[in-house]
Amino acid sequence: MPAAPPDHLTRTRRGEAVTFLEAVSEALFEEMTRDDRVFLMGEDIGAYGGAFKVTKGFLDHFGASRVIDTPIAEGGFTGAAAGAAHMGLRPVVEMQFMDFVSPAYDVLTNYIATSRYRGAGPLPLVVRGPVGGGNRGGPFHSQNVEMAFFHTPGLKIVYPSTAYDAKGLLKAAIRDDDPVIFEEHKGLYRAPHLREVLPDEDYLVPLGKARRAREGTDLTIVAYGSSVHLSMQAADQVQHEDGVSVEVLDLRTLLPLDDEAIADSVRRTGRLLVVHEDTRTGGIAGEIAIRVCERAFEWLDAPILRVTAIDAPVPYSAPLEDYFLPQLADVVTAVRYLAGY
Amino acid sequence: MTGELDGRERARGLELLRLLLTTRSLEERLDRLHRQGHVAGGLYRSLGQEAGAVGAAHALARREDGTGDVVAPPYRGCGVHLTMGATPEEVLRQLLGRGSSPSAGRDTGAGWSDPRRGLIGAVAPLGTTVEVLAGCALAFQLRGEGRVAMAFTGDGAASTGAWHEGVAFAAARRAPLVLVVENNQWAFSTRSTADRDAFLRKGSGYGLEVDSVDGTDVLAVRAASSEAVARARSGGGVQLLELNYFRRSPHAPHDGQEYVDPEELAAWEARDPIRRLLEALPPGRHDGSEVDRMRVEIESEVVETALRVIAEDAPPGSAALAGVFAGEEAPPPWTRRFPADARPSPATA
Repeated sequence: MPAAPPDHLTRTRRGEAVTFLEAVSEALFEEMTRDDRVFLMGEDIGAYGGAFKVTKGFLDHFGASRVIDTPIAEGGFTGAAAGAAHMGLRPVVEMQFMDFVSPAYDVLTNYIATSRYRGAGPLPLVVRGPVGGGNRGGPFHSQNVEMAFFHTPGLKIVYPSTAYDAKGLLKAAIRDDDPVIFEEHKGLYRAPHLREVLPDEDYLVPLGKARRAREGTDLTIVAYGSSVHLSMQAADQVQHEDGVSVEVLDLRTLLPLDDEAIADSVRRTGRLLVVHEDTRTGGIAGEIAIRVCERAFEWLDAPILRVTAIDAPVPYSAPLEDYFLPQLADVVTAVRYLAGY
Repeated sequence: MTGELDGRERARGLELLRLLLTTRSLEERLDRLHRQGHVAGGLYRSLGQEAGAVGAAHALARREDGTGDVVAPPYRGCGVHLTMGATPEEVLRQLLGRGSSPSAGRDTGAGWSDPRRGLIGAVAPLGTTVEVLAGCALAFQLRGEGRVAMAFTGDGAASTGAWHEGVAFAAARRAPLVLVVENNQWAFSTRSTADRDAFLRKGSGYGLEVDSVDGTDVLAVRAASSEAVARARSGGGVQLLELNYFRRSPHAPHDGQEYVDPEELAAWEARDPIRRLLEALPPGRHDGSEVDRMRVEIESEVVETALRVIAEDAPPGSAALAGVFAGEEAPPPWTRRFPADARPSPATA
């Protein structure tokens, strides 16, 4: 009989609100409890509980054969996760910061993403970790990595914005039979306004489905991760100040993209703004724009525009990073421009 | 060479001989099919290295149901595949890109996979499979299974970061992994600059059990591999086995091999693994005609199978859409979704 779960992992069971980070922990804990093929690998995830404490208490509860501290060798342990997945396990790999996934780019794109297609079999594994700026982490603790993998057929990419979705999507990702990159914005981890009471049941949020975060009629904002909250704020402001009704679509999964949800919203509003925290060139806004051209060009009343980070490494110093990141005023300005087009 | 063989060893010797002859015959056939345009792309032969592939893989617990040992074969040659139970028909279908091939025509012949037989194919960034097979070994260890993972690489790939990360990971956990380093002295046209004991020292640096063996002697390879596999299986941690030989074939058919010294090549041709095994099968008790019969049998099977596979249809192009993910196919190009007389539109989902 396994020991009772640690207190901090039973908040949902006790009807208490959880943070985004606790939702991630609960998802991992529940999936490991439900399925003994699920195990964790990563740097300092054992006794230390992970750099952000996502796996605090897991080692004591599940033991060292299911919570595996790895050498600092992201390529090596991501490749090892692939081998374990070949043998029927379902590894969840933590990148201490997703910026450090780059040494594993080779094995993820050349080996893992191609495995099913090559006939080597499915590789059900998740590579997850913190992303995003705003924490003064500088160039190597602040990146968004989605577009490095967006161009690789065979991978799925998930990027939740709420505690509810983080838990439901992570559980779905772990149960998915294909490899998933799972990005968690560290600015959301402990954000007080994102605490929510989650259903005390085993729920999943399906991959590949966007969520309408706010209904509106004049303009659509497509966003994901922390940019959803920025867009919601902007939508509230222009509603209040300008009487403009903005719909906000939270992508939740970036690959595969929910084309139909995007096109459906644009057909109703006729205007599209894409907001992302990732840098501009080669960002997902470009791909969304072409897909809307393919599906809903005749419905557009204005050009498709985007608000993004600038094309630079993520700078450290506060005024620089604030300038680098998309801000509320940028989104409001863009919405007003499009609404008046 | 290993001395007199008793009855059981002789039976095994003949089994190994059949595998060596099949590997050689099949690769010679593939070489011809490549010249004739039936095999496209690169063709990476294992001429002179067949005993390494066959001898090492033969030491594994070989099963057809996915419960045996696993091996990442070299991308060069088909000896490991055949030894693990793959048929010449499957090899030919793979190299000819047939839809009925193990990868449904999607991958080249260089290291295809067959999970049921424990074959975990290599990808072209060589060294990656050391990381992956370290993970297979980890799974065996976590579940307390007595299975072993074996990863082939060449001397070239043993320079990659992936090789070292995989070794470091497995060594730290004393996982049941056997590294087979095929030291054929060439990474494409670049001579291995490592001195004689370099691989043994690399292995020792990670605290591995190391061994080095003449790769042209299939019985010696089989014996050394058996010991390494047994040590790995019984908790002895990661094993490194260096196979010494010489890449007699060009890197691939486009390579004229001008950089190879003909005298050195001739010296290695004299150490041909098939000839060496025939010499080891003891005279008197060994009937030469049995071997001749075997050669004829293998040769005709390979030729007949090749003719049959050549006659098989290539897969339809649209089969490229399947298999990227579980379930759904990739969408076809919108310009191909309509009959020629219809007005195409990209807006259709």
